[in-house]
Amino acid sequence: MWKEIALKRYPIRSKTGIPSQQLIEKFRPYLYVVPALAFFTLFFFYPIAYMVYLSFYDWSLLDLSAMEWVGLENFQALFTDNDFYQVLSNTFIFTVFTVALGMGIAFFLALWLNQRAKIYGVVQAAIFTPHIISLVSIAMLWMWLMDPQYGLLNAILEWFGLPAYSWLADTKSALASLVLVSVWKVVGYNTLVFIAGLQSIPKYLYEAAALDRSPAWKTLWKITIPMLSPTLFFLLIINTISSFQVFDTIYVMTQGGPVNSTNMLVFYIYEQGMDFYNGGIASAASVVEKVEVLLSCFDSFCNSDFYWMFQSGGS
Amino acid sequence: MARVLLKQVVKSFQDQTVVKGLDLTIPNGSFTVLVGPSGCGKSTTLRMIAGLENVTDGEIWIGDRKVNDVPPGKRDLAMVFQNYALYPTMNVYENIAFGLKNRGLPRQECKTFVHEIAEVVGLTNYLERKPSELSGGQRQRVALARAMVKKPQVFLMDEPLSNLDAKLRNQMRVELTSLHKQLGSTFIYVTHDQVEAMTMGDQIVVMNEGRIQQVASPVELYQDPSNLFVAQFIGSPAMNILPWEDEESYLLGFRPEKGKISSSRQPVTDEKGISLRGKVRSREILGSEVLYYVDTRKGQIIVKANHDEELVAEEEEVNLSVAAKDLYFFDEKTGMRVKGQHVHSFSLAGGLV
Repeated sequence: MWKEIALKRYPIRSKTGIPSQQLIEKFRPYLYVVPALAFFTLFFFYPIAYMVYLSFYDWSLLDLSAMEWVGLENFQALFTDNDFYQVLSNTFIFTVFTVALGMGIAFFLALWLNQRAKIYGVVQAAIFTPHIISLVSIAMLWMWLMDPQYGLLNAILEWFGLPAYSWLADTKSALASLVLVSVWKVVGYNTLVFIAGLQSIPKYLYEAAALDRSPAWKTLWKITIPMLSPTLFFLLIINTISSFQVFDTIYVMTQGGPVNSTNMLVFYIYEQGMDFYNGGIASAASVVEKVEVLLSCFDSFCNSDFYWMFQSGGS
Repeated sequence: MARVLLKQVVKSFQDQTVVKGLDLTIPNGSFTVLVGPSGCGKSTTLRMIAGLENVTDGEIWIGDRKVNDVPPGKRDLAMVFQNYALYPTMNVYENIAFGLKNRGLPRQECKTFVHEIAEVVGLTNYLERKPSELSGGQRQRVALARAMVKKPQVFLMDEPLSNLDAKLRNQMRVELTSLHKQLGSTFIYVTHDQVEAMTMGDQIVVMNEGRIQQVASPVELYQDPSNLFVAQFIGSPAMNILPWEDEESYLLGFRPEKGKISSSRQPVTDEKGISLRGKVRSREILGSEVLYYVDTRKGQIIVKANHDEELVAEEEEVNLSVAAKDLYFFDEKTGMRVKGQHVHSFSLAGGLV
């Protein structure tokens, strides 16, 4: 009330007739978000918009002055290219298996390791180690492990009297081998996040369930998993995005081969842009990749089982 | 309905023994309250009866069955937790029905039972709600309904009212006692609040440092405490304790409401007993009653008087007297109650101190 009286007594008016004080009040919230907005615009929105813009041109890194507007031709070229369909299918298969196995194995490991004893701490540390090693080093290590002649995996197979396997050199097993490496890397991190989630579930819920005669599988299904849904949701999003963007292991281990069997979206974009100098195609493929990532995240967000828990914060 | 029997029950966590050889009989259909200060082992005892903690040594019997190795779900009991322990991902209906479904009850029967019990506790309109959408009192009712619907032989309650506000707590106290009368089941109730214990229980078990101090009815506990701990723990304000030297050294106690004060120099009672001179340090008027804090040579004493009596002013010199029949004597070393001849010999020696 005092503020109104003060404003009435000393009316400060701008040329438009709106009191300048009111004008400031109106725009004050927007002013506060300007720095953050400017940062995001410059480093996030602008590059994405520029990428979409570039996807409508035929251009090459060799000569940026010779950009030519081609409309949707880049997309047309992509979707009439059988290799691209294989790339999409490889990416999809890789993502589904990496996410499912990476989260599934981690979930059961976390259930097993969520106990108070020193040995479990040691195991936790051991399985987390791959996460802190660079992906390139991991790729090198697994190339040796999977070497058809000197590799440890074949040595083990041989020890059991099984025939040697070509691993990365065989079109049937190369993609599965990459899935294996990615799962190996991601399991430790996922396990740790799951353990943190499990430890935040109050113990009394399990006690109430025990008094309610709930069998172990039902306690897992009705209490543990719903209570873990924010964690599951978080890992699902993080794992899906990182699987869609796999690059290092392909670059080091297979270069997309043999016969395109391990070529995936980001490596395809790199090949098109850097090796074949098809900037337009690379940009168009990047747009497709972004749309796919967005769609898969959107799908997870809309999945009500996870969504309600995320919304209510588990309380 | 069942009797619960504890025989020499011991519970140790690593090198710490929290329950030290408990022998207790909880009669069939009784409302037994385990009461004691924090860390006295009352909750651990309850959790051992529930099967949520293993017994280190000793035996627990429910009815005519030894249950040491019986899992919690098969002991035929229900528990109401301090924080209710409702399943946050299930709605009220599912919370109540969960135990029934696990017993393999047909869906239709389950539905009938849940609706019946929801009617009893007044939750019919809330069956579709999640616990996070309910008030503290409503959550409490869901927890009760979840326990009641199983129709157990024994109800266990671990400080179920401590999360409610004072008004709701009083209301629920009355509801729980009438529920006990209705059901006739055995109730075992844990609390640290002696008022709750005195108003609800028909048998009270006072515990301290992992041991039972006394098992008695509320009136007996108040009027005839067996040791210094019980005498001081039960009753508010606590019993006044003074050192006393006669032929031997004792600790002497009396309830605040048994002390009489007057500003005159004469003892206010003709009965034999003790008189003390003191000064009123402060007073608290609690509506119908007044508390006087009196400084004496033997230490500070609290006296509770009725408001309708003439008020004594602060800083006034007073005489304080207690009748011999209202005095309690305790052994200085063991803290155990001393009865009989000592009281008699002392009462004769009454006079001005």
